[in-house]
Amino acid sequence: MKNKVALTGNEAVAQAMRQINPDVVAAYPITPSTEVVQMFSSFVANGKVDTEFVTVESEHSAMSATMGASAAGARAMTCTSSQGLAYMFEVVYIAASMRLPIVFPVANRALSGPINIHCDHSDAMGIKQAGVIQLFSENAQEAYDNMIQAIRIAEHPDVQLPVSVNYDGFITSHALDVLEILDDETVKNFIGVYKPREALLNVNEPVSMGSFDMYDYYFEHKYQQVAAMEAAKRVIEEVGKEYAKISGRNYGLVDAYKLDDADMAVVVMNSAAGSSKGVCDELRAKGLKVGVLKPRAFRPFPHEAIADALKGVKAVAVLDRAETFSTLGGPMFADVRNSLYDLKNDIKVVNYVYGLGGRDLRLEDVEQIYSDLDDIIKTGKVDNFVRYLGLRE
Amino acid sequence: MTPSDKNLSQCCSSKCISPDMNWKELTKAGNIYTPGNASTYETGDWRTIRPVWDEERCIHCLICWRYCPDASIISTGGKFDSFDYKHCKGCGICANVCPAHAIEMISEDEIEKQKEAQKDEE
Repeated sequence: MKNKVALTGNEAVAQAMRQINPDVVAAYPITPSTEVVQMFSSFVANGKVDTEFVTVESEHSAMSATMGASAAGARAMTCTSSQGLAYMFEVVYIAASMRLPIVFPVANRALSGPINIHCDHSDAMGIKQAGVIQLFSENAQEAYDNMIQAIRIAEHPDVQLPVSVNYDGFITSHALDVLEILDDETVKNFIGVYKPREALLNVNEPVSMGSFDMYDYYFEHKYQQVAAMEAAKRVIEEVGKEYAKISGRNYGLVDAYKLDDADMAVVVMNSAAGSSKGVCDELRAKGLKVGVLKPRAFRPFPHEAIADALKGVKAVAVLDRAETFSTLGGPMFADVRNSLYDLKNDIKVVNYVYGLGGRDLRLEDVEQIYSDLDDIIKTGKVDNFVRYLGLRE
Repeated sequence: MTPSDKNLSQCCSSKCISPDMNWKELTKAGNIYTPGNASTYETGDWRTIRPVWDEERCIHCLICWRYCPDASIISTGGKFDSFDYKHCKGCGICANVCPAHAIEMISEDEIEKQKEAQKDEE
């Protein structure tokens, strides 16, 4: 049975966690994901879940305790944002290398400094090479749906990796949105009972995890993580197809919006994809051949799907809500441009760094981007391929 | 069969690991499923000086056996038998605690030179 409700992104994520009913949650609150932890703790206090809730003193401890619980054989989760994720950074790598299927929502927020609490993707981009799967969500519905699917993806025998579910801080986390939530029983059946393949508390089959790894093994173990990421691309699609059967909503590695006959495309993740689709519809009504590509998975990077979706376009604008200070553009720009290189189609690819520290991406801004792409196609020239959208110059 | 060889054979069951295995054959994330497998990791090549036993001076008190941090003194029938050079890291504790001065630490380079000299003679 489908249930239409009005919830904020944080409430939707907390509801997903209630339905997942994990064995252990260890978390420390941080803006803008505070409410997830706060609401979940009330579920624990009111007996709505069977979870052992661990109130830790920091995010470093939050991920450490979650990792310990996961290694012990529990379905374990945490939740964070921004500085919290930065503080967690060290342990995120260890959770990934120990191949622990921990699912953790991240309400995306800028990193200090300057001190700022608003939306951008700097926190998530900081862990893009940590070895965790990163899913991005356009709205509260997708944040909820990604949470449920993340459990199946993380725990798949070919994957066994942490999954972070990203959604925009404040824009998605705090805005009220209408979405459909599945009934508890459907979610319970979809995620199934967690049967860890090895567990520290299983005394019948003892195991040591996280051992010291010298140069004669470390390289092979890191490659095992690469292979798991490669497998994750297939698993994300498989789980998406299965989820469509219970929800009616389709999920793949990317969301290609009106790209079939498009000349110009905007590549963008999270809530800004919704704004871009709105502008895309308006321009389509005026007869312009425009489209939007929204990567849902950023790690693993679905480069095959992206190259396939963009192979017919003439100009692409990649929107990054994070800076890399490489002076060569944002993190997604590098990956998208790399993905298109072997097509040899002479697709013009430009980068727009936008919305840092929570600055709004307005509909006019997206219109301007499409207009710039139109100029690029007409003149065949790109003056400056890394642009800072709305920067006062 | 030395004690270390015995451990090795016990360890080489289904989920054992060794440095010649590829990434598919190795256990996930380096998980270890068999206890007591430290002996399969040969630390003898860390050594720069090696203990050499003087049989005539040895009084078989086995103080070296007690002190060795790597269980690399092998005893049989309550007597000193040999060193386990596959695992001895050459720390020199045995030579230091020996009351009869029956263990001498010799540079591995020196041992190499002696071996080469022997080969030349042959």
